[in-house]
Amino acid sequence: MTVRTAELLMAVMMGAFSVYLMYKSLELPIGWVEDEGPGGGAWPFWLSAVMLISCFGIIYNWFRKKGKIANSMKTYIQSHVFIEVGAVAVALIITVALFSFIGIYGALPLFLLFYLKVLGKHRWLFSITFAVVTPIIIFYFFEITLKIILPKGITEPLFLPLYKMFL
Amino acid sequence: MLEILGLLADGFTIVFQLQNLLLIIGGCALGLFIGAMPGLGSVNGVAILLPLTFLVPPTGAIIFLAAIYYGAMYGGAISSIMLGIPGASTAVATTFDGRPLAKQGLADLALTGAAFASFIGGTIAVILFTFFAPPLAHVALVFGAPEEFALMMLAFATFVGLGNDDLFKTLFSICIGLVLSAVGFDIISGEPRLVLWDIIGFMHGVNFLVLAIGIYGIGEMLWTVEEHVLGGGKSMMSEANVTVKRTITNIKLLAKTWKATIMGSFLGYFVGILPAAGATPGSLMAYGIAKQISKEPEKFGDGALEGVCAPEAANNAASTGSMLPMLTLGIPGSPTTAILLGGMVIWGLEPGPRLFVDHGDFVWGLIASLYAANVFALLINIAFIPVFIKILKTPFTILAPVIFVLCLIGGYAPTQDMHDVWLMLAFGIVGYLMRKLDYPLAPAVLAIVLGPLAEPALRQSLIISDGSFSIFFNRAYAGPIMVVALVLLFLPLLKMAYNKYQSVRS
Repeated sequence: MTVRTAELLMAVMMGAFSVYLMYKSLELPIGWVEDEGPGGGAWPFWLSAVMLISCFGIIYNWFRKKGKIANSMKTYIQSHVFIEVGAVAVALIITVALFSFIGIYGALPLFLLFYLKVLGKHRWLFSITFAVVTPIIIFYFFEITLKIILPKGITEPLFLPLYKMFL
Repeated sequence: MLEILGLLADGFTIVFQLQNLLLIIGGCALGLFIGAMPGLGSVNGVAILLPLTFLVPPTGAIIFLAAIYYGAMYGGAISSIMLGIPGASTAVATTFDGRPLAKQGLADLALTGAAFASFIGGTIAVILFTFFAPPLAHVALVFGAPEEFALMMLAFATFVGLGNDDLFKTLFSICIGLVLSAVGFDIISGEPRLVLWDIIGFMHGVNFLVLAIGIYGIGEMLWTVEEHVLGGGKSMMSEANVTVKRTITNIKLLAKTWKATIMGSFLGYFVGILPAAGATPGSLMAYGIAKQISKEPEKFGDGALEGVCAPEAANNAASTGSMLPMLTLGIPGSPTTAILLGGMVIWGLEPGPRLFVDHGDFVWGLIASLYAANVFALLINIAFIPVFIKILKTPFTILAPVIFVLCLIGGYAPTQDMHDVWLMLAFGIVGYLMRKLDYPLAPAVLAIVLGPLAEPALRQSLIISDGSFSIFFNRAYAGPIMVVALVLLFLPLLKMAYNKYQSVRS
């Protein structure tokens, strides 16, 4: 896909999103409400309308071939970039999905191991040590020092003794 | 005058409390490190680390974040000079002459120059700040809802009128930020509003940190991964020869650049106050002017020391300048200060001129901490140059996962809701895709912070005036501010019309 095609696609999608936002804003009055001033939907409705107009503007410029992006016939994301960036993005999505099941302390070591070993091609010993030590530091720093309880999923019972010790 | 000095002295007593002093030193070191990483700047550091400050009292928290802001401005120069890759966009101008100097084996001279220029820029700016801020806050005390709204219009209009990005994309970015800030509840009627796709998670609104970490954490890192792949994963590292003796000779050489440094400091400060301008254009302008006033302009680009000092003085001065409207008017002067402003709301402070009256210790503690942060950033920078150079050699594939992990936790911490982590990830990925198409994203972050303040200001104004927009024009302060805002808003159209007219005439 060229940058030029991506530009049109993005503008169309964002335009559609603007229409959805306008439609959703209609749940509250968008005009003047007696004794209350502007209705609750007015602010998001008219701003979404400006978003939509901006998207039309971007599309208009696209047809006129105005601007650097609208003329660029370069590849939007080159395949080797797509593989790397895509791998990172997918890894992040899987990691976040795993938070709710095996908890942050199950998911983070897997993410770190994947990044260090597969993407970084570091040595096994280093990768494993790093993947194990980082979550321990995170536990001490966030849960004990800052008292921010992170999601544990099914691993919750394993942490009960630790809670007793520290919290 | 005397009164200000008294308040400043009170501020210093807060700064010299052990905890705050440690926060400044820690923040400066962390900021220097973040700034030195290619691709990461103050805004990324502050966005990712803001969730860490929830447990410190607000004064300590802002001191810590301001120190990171400061440190990152110093640190940006390190990778500009050593790698030829700007540590952040604010340090782009530093590469022009910093890199050639490093190639000539004078990396230490460039680094020392950058550090001292940053110190002078930062110090001049904070002195200007000390004496400008209280009178401005005093004037702003009489501001009501119409003036507040006019000021916010002005902040957004600067992006449209002065930003170099596509007009429609800038408008889109501003509006989407404002609309996202309206998600959750209507503050006046109390009814649920814009609960997107009826997902319950949207009931508590879109936290600005979720957007900020999404864009400046996840999105920025994906962008850096791409650059890393395109660059083949290798970079050319210059060698720096740092000894005490050489440092002393370097400082003597620096004395000759005083004119460029001082010019950069003043220019940076005033450019920094404008929301859309800030440190990046400030430092580029300072570079341009330094070249013009130099006795040897032909040396610029081949390693002129002034070409390093002027932009470095300017970007530090600009970062202080951008705090002026944030503290006195509640309008951030840069994306980083927008995030600081959002933080202030989380800590339970109401931004705006009343801050000087109601939370004097917070304001003066922050101002005094800027003086201290300057000194510490300079000392840490000079003393640990070799260490920072070592850190720069850390492979990207080790740092990247750590930063991603911090982003994931940072997205979860403010609300402790998995919904926000997903949302942050979505913002990061979409933000990355939009950035590749040159959508400016800073206006969206500014807008999501200002949205919850702008909407009530507009609605209250319209209630006062019974629905007439004339209220924004017939008041002593709101009128002129609004007129300037409208002129800036229509500036791109005027420019277009003028160009058409010129081409028709010729």
